Amino acid sequence: MAFRKKAATPPPEPPQPRTLFEKIWDAHVVDRQDDGTCVIYVDRHLVHEVTSPQAFEGLRMAGRKVHRPDATIAVADHNTPTTTGAMDDESRIQVETLESNVAEFGVPYFDMNDPRRGIVHVIGPEQGLTLPGMTIVCGDSHTSTHGAFGALAFGIGTSEVEHVLATQTLIQKPAKNMRVAVEGSLPIGVTAKDVILAIIGRLGTAGGTGYVVEYAGRAIREMTMEGRMTVCNMSIEAGARAGLIAPDETTFKYLYGRPYAPKGGAWDLALGQWRRLPSDKTAVFDSQLDLLASDIPPMVTWGTSPQDALPITDVIPDPANAPDENRREAWARSLAYMGLTPGTRLVDVPIDRVFIGSCTNGRIEDLRAAAEIARGRKVASTVSAMVVPGSGLVKAEAEREGLDKIFIEAGFEWRLQGCSMCLAMNADRLEDGQRCASTSNRNFEGRQGRGGRTHLVSPAMAVAAAIRGTLADVRDFQ
Amino acid sequence: MEKFTTLSGVAAPLPMVNVDTDMIIPKQFLKTIKRTGLKEGLFYEMRWTADGQKKDFILDQPAYQNAKILVAGPNFGCGSSREHAPWALLDFGIRCIISEDFADIFYNNCFKNGILPIKVSKEIIAKLMDDASRGSNAIIEIDLEKQEIKGPDGGTVHFEIDAFRKKCLIEGLDDIGLTLEKKSSIDDFENRQKDSQPWLHTAT
Ligand code: SF4
Repeated sequence: MAFRKKAATPPPEPPQPRTLFEKIWDAHVVDRQDDGTCVIYVDRHLVHEVTSPQAFEGLRMAGRKVHRPDATIAVADHNTPTTTGAMDDESRIQVETLESNVAEFGVPYFDMNDPRRGIVHVIGPEQGLTLPGMTIVCGDSHTSTHGAFGALAFGIGTSEVEHVLATQTLIQKPAKNMRVAVEGSLPIGVTAKDVILAIIGRLGTAGGTGYVVEYAGRAIREMTMEGRMTVCNMSIEAGARAGLIAPDETTFKYLYGRPYAPKGGAWDLALGQWRRLPSDKTAVFDSQLDLLASDIPPMVTWGTSPQDALPITDVIPDPANAPDENRREAWARSLAYMGLTPGTRLVDVPIDRVFIGSCTNGRIEDLRAAAEIARGRKVASTVSAMVVPGSGLVKAEAEREGLDKIFIEAGFEWRLQGCSMCLAMNADRLEDGQRCASTSNRNFEGRQGRGGRTHLVSPAMAVAAAIRGTLADVRDFQ
Repeated sequence: MEKFTTLSGVAAPLPMVNVDTDMIIPKQFLKTIKRTGLKEGLFYEMRWTADGQKKDFILDQPAYQNAKILVAGPNFGCGSSREHAPWALLDFGIRCIISEDFADIFYNNCFKNGILPIKVSKEIIAKLMDDASRGSNAIIEIDLEKQEIKGPDGGTVHFEIDAFRKKCLIEGLDDIGLTLEKKSSIDDFENRQKDSQPWLHTAT
């Protein structure tokens, strides 16, 4: 019978299901040693004035060049003044050093007068320099921000900055995978900032150590890119190496037409690849945390670690109720530093200063949310409040929309772009004992100025606090 | 980078949890364009009052002024990526930090500067914390080759460390030099990427 059996070809091995992190990692391995240590290729390197001078100096001493200036972008943001006044000498020298380094090594640079200048983690996405599937590094721990685009982005030290400048690679071992899912839709008055504070509260400040965290679930998918950046930005406050969110239509829509985003045929090619990035349905995570959006209220931190986050309706905790000995000591130390007494209602804590800005919450949507609460209201007479846009373009857009006027009429100062009082390296800082409601990301001792006391909140919550003169629940203003 | 083989010295106890890099070296010392001279800023706010008086911080106490080892609480070095933190520790004379666990970036930064961060269990930390609190009489010895910590009473404990990082420390290897030996792999990677993802190779 002329019936021939087909040669038995075994069915192709089903591809191993992979996470978003694993897909990006695998696509960037240049070399792998037997012990798992890899040389990883870096697609984008962001450089700023504070953590780069010693790296350029190292290159110079070894007679090395910048391997790919075209994959690098430099900007001054940490030290720069937010008023038109002069910089202190040391800051000026640092900015001048950056300027001479970028000139010497041929690195593209947004100079001090460039309207695109701003916080490095705000301008990357804004310019389309941040794209899905990329590896992105910067000598700054909040590089995790860029993970919002489905890019593997993390902070590195200055020696590694030098390593990337010289080789466009890093030596690393892969991280573990964690998935944090926030299901359901966020209640009114609750923002991305509240979500990430709630997550850090659950994970703890070291809970993410060794992991790359992928945020998922409906609440994350429903967020704008600005909100997703806020979430990924603070991944490092849970100790995570990086944060990631799968790219989707929201991501692509945000990126389309940005100056450095691919154009024409390259866009279509890129889009095809980006759509394949999300974690496979059956991918395995080493750890998983699930939250319900409806359980997350507006949050505020009370202590000196970002994990010290509570619902605004809560009271200052008592160290006697701490879960363990370490926490008990840490809480007691925090309370002494913060000048707070257990049992005090958070909404009864008076504040002196308000800071709206930073790479966590200094983007246009943050300023819109803040302006919405500020409109037609007045900052309390006991409070001094400032708004610092994340970039020159954010500032220009806010001014085009008239947000600056709303803030100024309400009694806020409207400043030039930069990191400003997020780390208080320039003239913007808290005085000893001053208490601040801040939209930044760290409430460490002395972070915003020696002896300064920081309460981390969302932009809308910061405005509510400015108006009431105490920490406040934004839901009372809506 | 200076090699790390063995180390013998006084260990200072710092049991606080979550010591962040802002604490290790506050921002005003980040304006430097050098790697050296940072010991002035080390733990600045814990060492000096706002009006410039010395507090009695552990590293200023006579017994610990020459400490080479820090026995630290968990999650040491969290927060900012500033490499000024290990630079300041090194400038003071600290070559080894022992803790239950470290924040990732700080941990990495230590190796780039010839500092050995050692992770051990909570129980061992408790014992070492105890040893360290005995002051300058309590000398602790570290042998990286053998991966051993020898306490003042002669007892030794073993610690784990990544083989590649160990080799780099012992030989004082320059990472960049090592990576540049793989230049042809990097070139190949770039050529492949130019074909498959051309948009990653258009100029900034
Ligand atoms: S805004 Fe703050 S956290 Fe962000 S890059 Fe600047 S200093 Fe770092």
